[in-house]
Amino acid sequence: MSDVILRVENLSKRFGGFTALQNVALHLTAGERLGLIGPNGSGKTTLINCISGALYNDDGTIVFEGADITRLPPHQRARLGIARSFQIPKPFRSMSVLENLRIPLEYAAWSRAEHRRITDEAMHVLETIGLKELAGKSSGDLTQVDMRKLELARALAAKPKVLVSDEAMAGLSGAEVDEIIEILLGLNRTGVAVIMIEHIMRAVMKFSERVAVLDAGQKIADGDPQSVIANPDVQRAYLGE
Amino acid sequence: MSKISPFWVSAAVVLAAGLAFTEIVENQYYFTAIYLILQGLIMAVAWNILGGFTGYVNFGSAAFFAVGAYTAIALDKALGLPLPLLIVAAAAICGLIGLGVGYLTLRLKGVYFAIATLAMAIVLETFITNWSYVGGARGAYILTPDKHLWFDSYSEMLFMLMLVLAVVSVAISRKLNFSRLGRGLAAIRDDEVAAECAGVPTLRLKLVSTTIMGAMMGVAGAPYPFFVTYVDPLSAFNLFVAVNAIAMPMIGGTAHWIGPVIGALLVGSMQEIVKVNISSELNILIVGVMLVLFISLAPQGIVGLVQKHFLKRKA
Amino acid sequence: MVTADLLANAVVAGLLLGGFYAAVAIGLAIIFGQLDIVNIAHPAFIIAGAYTAYILNSRFGIDPVLIGVLAAPLFFLAGAGIYRVYYGAFERTGQESLSGLAFFFGLMFIIEVVLILVYGVDYRLVQAGYIGESWRIGFVDLPFRMLVPFVVAVALTAGIYLYLARTFTGRAIQAVAQDRLALQLMGVNPIRVKQWAFGLGIATAAIAGALLIIIGPVEPSVGRQYIGRAFAIVVLGGMGSISGMFIAALILGIVESLVNTFMGPSWAPAVAFGVLLLTLALRPSGLFGR
Repeated sequence: MSDVILRVENLSKRFGGFTALQNVALHLTAGERLGLIGPNGSGKTTLINCISGALYNDDGTIVFEGADITRLPPHQRARLGIARSFQIPKPFRSMSVLENLRIPLEYAAWSRAEHRRITDEAMHVLETIGLKELAGKSSGDLTQVDMRKLELARALAAKPKVLVSDEAMAGLSGAEVDEIIEILLGLNRTGVAVIMIEHIMRAVMKFSERVAVLDAGQKIADGDPQSVIANPDVQRAYLGE
Repeated sequence: MSKISPFWVSAAVVLAAGLAFTEIVENQYYFTAIYLILQGLIMAVAWNILGGFTGYVNFGSAAFFAVGAYTAIALDKALGLPLPLLIVAAAAICGLIGLGVGYLTLRLKGVYFAIATLAMAIVLETFITNWSYVGGARGAYILTPDKHLWFDSYSEMLFMLMLVLAVVSVAISRKLNFSRLGRGLAAIRDDEVAAECAGVPTLRLKLVSTTIMGAMMGVAGAPYPFFVTYVDPLSAFNLFVAVNAIAMPMIGGTAHWIGPVIGALLVGSMQEIVKVNISSELNILIVGVMLVLFISLAPQGIVGLVQKHFLKRKA
Repeated sequence: MVTADLLANAVVAGLLLGGFYAAVAIGLAIIFGQLDIVNIAHPAFIIAGAYTAYILNSRFGIDPVLIGVLAAPLFFLAGAGIYRVYYGAFERTGQESLSGLAFFFGLMFIIEVVLILVYGVDYRLVQAGYIGESWRIGFVDLPFRMLVPFVVAVALTAGIYLYLARTFTGRAIQAVAQDRLALQLMGVNPIRVKQWAFGLGIATAAIAGALLIIIGPVEPSVGRQYIGRAFAIVVLGGMGSISGMFIAALILGIVESLVNTFMGPSWAPAVAFGVLLLTLALRPSGLFGR
């Protein structure tokens, strides 16, 4: 086991009177594959919004590679090495697929990129994701599954140390789900730690080394996938009492 | 020797043609008419940096223009600075105002920025109206200097100056369009949240964008007092100036640097023709109708229509 | 010099003015506050309402308030038609933020210029028996040209408030911005609701316009001064809340009247915009927050 790369402590987030997250603690070690599951509205997306900086948490701290990033804006977290994909794809629609990757390469990964070879680097990412043939295509015209791949490709182009994949497989067919899992496993092999948020349990079980479960804004289980699934609290949260 | 781009060749040709024009043409009407078209062009290019590249609509163009003009009036009166310095000062002050308004409102949704710029225009107009040093509501007269370099008249010199400023503005806009900064702005326009998560410092880039926009608008306004020799708040803060600055890029196309140039030349020339032959009210009406028609039916403007045409032929 | 009667007169004049401002802003409170459509052409519709009152009043001598009420259905239809265009061209394709704004900006200009082309830039006014009259209570003046718009505006505000709170369509309008899905599940078409609400918002402009021209003479470009006022009131009132809007209108009216009395009328136009800029910078959720 290697070192902890991301540590979330005592995290709370409220929207008006509604508590979306309460005292959540979570850690991730470098190169780990973590599955984050929970019923709808349990706070998964809020949690990763707090981690990526799209929302600021009310209480608690977020530590990345030993540095407190709780108050950093999202773009600085992206530069440090936290990348995310969006549940509903948000391509830069006026740009081609290749140009979409230039943005994270030129901004998030700028200090780590070879400036003269941005296009090559972008093509390389597209190749690993399997979008190479579509490089010149307008990103607004992609199919659903290609749009999801573009989300992952763009996150990857930021050269992250941690990738947060937010329901990258919702609504995809079985074969397409396997394709995305393979992509994520491939990424992980290059040393990127991955937090996978997913409703498709088959994908979570196949992919994750460890699973954390959120329910009503609190973490109710965290451990190896088989024991988490067997946990009566988790079963209750999913099936109802 | 590296290859000289066609853009700079065209720019040199335009400037040379402008110089030749001042030597050959006698009728002063042409210089004033083209001056106004070029003024519109600079403002269209400026508006487009924020409105087109970054996707933030700004209704305050007239205010930046007027502040540019009044900066020139005030500094001319106080210190008697030469015109190039007045232009630099106007750029600095209008850039700062752009930065300030941006800082106050750009963290909110885009519509609030748009409304705030409209608000800023009226607040500034009220201040100028109550500022007696620059003439207040009565307006200010400006004496044009006798010197006009080697040109035959002062308006010929202003014409040439405006041509240079226009070429520089277009060059800046073009450079921006194809730069890392410009790609960052385009990402903001397409999806601000995704841009931020891809490492784009969105607030800082938006502020850079408003500052450049403001400075360029100020540059367009600074020579104006010397061109008309009389300025009052009503004419300087004329909302028609703002409409032009929006209509020209929208009609030409906002995503590409050439869009506002095409729009400005087209709309500007049409305006001069209609103004002379028919009436200036009708002229304003035509611009308004064209603006509404284009944004409803061809939101990508003329550039978009041309691109679509070629894509169809290729397919 | 600040004297008691000057101050009292300024405050009372401000209250009356503020009431009228509620009529100006109420359409925008629906259109911008609840439908989230940035209709900066709203004041231009109010000017169109004022000219409607001027035309019918000068030709047939009808009371301007009555004209406003009679013209409201026509304005409603015009508004519903404009929403169709807006929806088809922008909202459906998700481009309303950039292009929609410019669309209304262009619309505002077209209305203004058409009025200038037809009627010129002269100030126009209406005739009615009560316009020159006034009441005097103690040392406070209550001119009818302010009092009548105030009363009509308060009635209009109360009517819209009750309509939104009590009727099914009214509640649907309030729900459309917050929960489209729930509306669809109830079998209500959100586009139809928005079209209806937009029409309603424009219909109020007919009445507000009639009130505007009762207060004083009107020329086509006067509308621009009301852009800032209307938006300042809606934002300050907490976006879409009718009661918040009403209080914000009264506040703005009083502040403007005080500035007018103690600093001079040339500063008054900046008040609304200053309030708007400050609200946006300091407290964008408005005084009463949402």
